[in-house]
Amino acid sequence: MKRVVNQSISIRRRLLLQLLFVAILLSGLLYLSVRTVADSAVERTQDSILGAATIAIAEELRGGEEGVAVDIPYTAFSMLGSIGQDRVFYRITIGDETVTGYDELALPTEPLNGLTPLFYDDAYRGLLVRAAAVERSVLVNGKALPVRVIVAQTRTSQQTIVASLAERAALLGIGFFVIAVGLSLLTARLVVKPVSSLVEAVGRRGPQDLRPVQRPVPRELVPLVTALNGFMSRLSVALSRTETFIAEAAHHIRTPLATLRAQAEIALRQTENEEARQTIRSMIRSVDTSARSAGQMLEHAAVVFRSDQRSDEQIDLSLLVEDITESYEPSAEMKGVRLVCLPHAHDITVDADRILLEAALRNLIDNAIKYTPKDGLVEVSVISAEGFARLEVKDSGRGLFGAQAAQLTGRFQRGANVEDVVGSGLGLTIVKEVARSLNGRFEIVEREEGGTCAALYVPLRSR
Amino acid sequence: MRGALCSIAITLIASTTLAFDIEQQQLFQGQGDETLSILSTTDIGIFRPVIAAFQEVRPDISVDYVVASTQEVYRAIYEEGAQFDLAVSSAMDLQMKLANDGLAQGHSSAQTDALPDWARWQDQLFAFAQEPVVTVVSQAAFEGRQTPATRSDLIRHLRDDPETFRGRIGTYDPRKSGAGYLFATQDARQSDTYWRLSEVMGGLEPKLYEASSAMLNAVESGELAIAYNVLGSYALARLDQKGAATIIELEDFTNILLRTALIPANAENPSGGAAFLDFLLSATGQRVLEENSGLPRINAGALAAQSYLRPIRLDTGLLVFVDPLKKQQFLREWSAAVVQ
Ligand SMILES: Nc1ncnc2c1ncn2[C@@H]1O[C@H](COP(=O)(O)OP(=O)(O)OP(=O)(O)O)[C@@H](O)[C@H]1O
Ligand SMILES: [Mg+2]
Repeated sequence: MKRVVNQSISIRRRLLLQLLFVAILLSGLLYLSVRTVADSAVERTQDSILGAATIAIAEELRGGEEGVAVDIPYTAFSMLGSIGQDRVFYRITIGDETVTGYDELALPTEPLNGLTPLFYDDAYRGLLVRAAAVERSVLVNGKALPVRVIVAQTRTSQQTIVASLAERAALLGIGFFVIAVGLSLLTARLVVKPVSSLVEAVGRRGPQDLRPVQRPVPRELVPLVTALNGFMSRLSVALSRTETFIAEAAHHIRTPLATLRAQAEIALRQTENEEARQTIRSMIRSVDTSARSAGQMLEHAAVVFRSDQRSDEQIDLSLLVEDITESYEPSAEMKGVRLVCLPHAHDITVDADRILLEAALRNLIDNAIKYTPKDGLVEVSVISAEGFARLEVKDSGRGLFGAQAAQLTGRFQRGANVEDVVGSGLGLTIVKEVARSLNGRFEIVEREEGGTCAALYVPLRSR
Repeated sequence: MRGALCSIAITLIASTTLAFDIEQQQLFQGQGDETLSILSTTDIGIFRPVIAAFQEVRPDISVDYVVASTQEVYRAIYEEGAQFDLAVSSAMDLQMKLANDGLAQGHSSAQTDALPDWARWQDQLFAFAQEPVVTVVSQAAFEGRQTPATRSDLIRHLRDDPETFRGRIGTYDPRKSGAGYLFATQDARQSDTYWRLSEVMGGLEPKLYEASSAMLNAVESGELAIAYNVLGSYALARLDQKGAATIIELEDFTNILLRTALIPANAENPSGGAAFLDFLLSATGQRVLEENSGLPRINAGALAAQSYLRPIRLDTGLLVFVDPLKKQQFLREWSAAVVQ
C-alpha cells in the first residue's frame, strides 16, 4: 500500500549531473589552457628564433665608403629550418629602398626600436607569414643610414606542432573526463548509500513499529532522522490517545443511554395512560436510534483508525464466518429468521486485519437479519474466486427498492425501504471502508428471486 | 617588377623560343599521347637508363628530356616561366630558392614519405641521389708521396713542393658553374681551411673549369695533378677502368651533394612529373639510378657509416648564398684568393 510521493529528481542523479557538469567544465578548461599555453609557447619559441635570425643579419651589417655591406650569415637562415620546414623571405632596406631580398615584403607599420625585434603577421604571396624586423644605423661616408632587416617565415610547422599539441590536449581532456565520470559515479553511489540504507532500515519495519531510529546516521541526516523520530513519537502518542478516546467515548455515550432506556422502560411499565405510553415508546425508539448511531459512529471511527494502523494476520475465513454467524444466532432467533452458514472449503485464508473483517461481516449479517421479515432465510457463505475470497450474505428480505450500492454506502444514507427499522445509515459505509482498506471491493445487489445479496471481496493470501 | 616578369614570360611563350641555353634535348617517344617534359642538369647519357626503365612501367608516356646548366635551369623556371613537368638539378641552393619562392608545387606519395627528413624539403623538393664531392689526384704526380687525406695534407703537399703542382691544379670556377659555387660556399661554410687552401691554390696558377668531366679528362691526360671538388659519380664512372687517377674523399669533411627534383608550379602535366618523380624514388628507380646511371641512391646508412660525410642540408640556409649581394661578396673574396 504505497502512497504516491511527490517526487523530484533524485539526489544521486542530481549529484551525478552536477559532478559531470563540473567534469566537462574542468576537462574543457584543461584542454583550453593546455592549448593556449602550448600555442603561445610554440609561438614564442618560433618568434625568438625568427628574432635571433633577424638580429644575426643586422649584426653583420657594415658601413664603409661604398655603401652598406650586407653579409647574411648562413646560420641566420639555417636556424629558421631548425623547427620545421617553413618558407623564408627577407628584405633589407635603407630608408624605403631595398638593398637585397624580396622587395614586395611589407615593411613594419610601427616604428622600430633598434635591435629589439618587432614581430607582426603579414600576408606575402598569398601566404600568411610571421615577420620580425629590426633597425640599425650604419655609417656610410660619415652619414648614419637607417638600415632595416625584415625576416619573414611561413608558419606551417608551427601549425603542425600546435595541431599535434592540441590533439594531445584533447586526449588529455577526454581522459580526464572519462576518469572523472568513473569517480563521479562512485562518489554519487557512496554519498547516497547512507540514505538508501536508512530507507531500507525504516522500510523493513512493521506498520506498528513506531520506535525511534537508533542506528548511526551521517551528520547531514541527523536533522531529518531527529524530525522523523519526533514525528513518530508524536504519532504514537496521538494514536494511543485516539484509541483510548474512542473506547472512552463509546463508554460515555452508551452508559447514560442505557440508563435512560432502562428508566424509560420502567416508566412505560408503570404508566397506564395510553398517550403517555405512546410518548415513552417513541422516546425509547429515539434512544435506540441514538444508541445505534453512537455505536455505529464509534465503530466507523474505529474502522477508519484501524485501516491506517492495519495489523495483518493470516486468517482462516471459514472459521471467522462460522464464529460471527454463530454470534448472531440469538438475534436471528428472536426475529424468527433462519440464519445458516453454507458449507464451504476450509482452506480459504487471507492476510488481513481481523477487527476490520469482523466489523464488515457483522454489519452485513446485521442488515440481512434486520431487513428480512419473520420466517425469512439468511445464508452466509465464503468461496474463493479469481484470487479473491468472496464473503456473501444473502437474505430473502425486502430487497433494495432499486437503490444502488453507491447511494447506500454513503455516510448516513439509508434506503427508502427502511420503514420502521432502526438504523443510522453507517453500516455499509463501514463495509466499504473495510473493502477499500483490505484492497478488496464490495457489491450489494437485489436478488432476482427477491431479497438482497451483499458480497465482500478480499484478496486471497498469496502463497 | 612581377608584372614585368609576367609580360616577359608571356612574350617568350608567344614567340615559342626558349630564352635559355639548352645543351642537349631528346624526345623518348612513348606509345601514347601523354608527354612529360623534364628540364635537367644531368646528361642524357646518364639518365637514359632511368628513362628507359620508367617507360617500361609507363610505356604510354613520352619523355622530352632537356639538359641545361644549373644556372639556366634555375633561370628558365624562375625568370622565363618555361613550362616543364619536372626540374632536376644538382644546384641544391637554386632548387631551394625555387621551392621557397613558391615556384614548385606540392606532391606527396608513399615514395616521397619514405624519404629521410634530410632528403626532402616540405612536400616540394626531393633528393633522389646522393654523391660525394671528391678530390681526384693523378697517380703519376703523387708517385712516392702519400696521398693526402685531409685538406691540411693537401695544403702541406702544395706548400712543400709548389713547382710540381704549379699550373696543375684544377677546380670549378664558381663564377661560371652553379655546382662549383655550391661546393665553394659549402666548403667555406664548413671550415676556414677552405680559404687557406684557396689561397695556396691561388698562388699556384690553378686552372678553372665549368664541368667535372673536363677536369677529369685533364687528370687522366696528366695535365692536372689535382682536381679539387669533383662530382663523385662522374669520377667513379670515368676512372674506374683506368688506374691513372685516385679518387679521394677528404676526411676532414666531404660534402654530399643531393640531386633534387621538383614539380614546377606551372607544370602542364604535373601528374606525369609526379609519376616520374615517384619512379625515381621507388626501389626500382633507385636501383637503376645506382647500377646503370652511376648515381648513388639515397642511403642514410651509408652516411652514418662515415662520420666525415656531410650531406648538404636541404634547408633555408641554402638561400643565403643565392642572395645576390652575398654572392657578389663571396665571389669577390674567392677571386681575391684564387685568381690573384
Ligand atoms: N439486507 C438488506 N435488505 C434490504 N435493504 C438493505 C439491506 N442492507 C442494507 N439495506 C439498505 O441499505 C441502507 C443502508 O444500510 P446501512 O447498513 O448502511 O444502514 P442501516 O442498516 O439503515 O443503519 P445501521 O447503520 O444501523 O446499520 C439501509 O437503510 C437499507 O435501506
Ligand atoms: Mg445496517
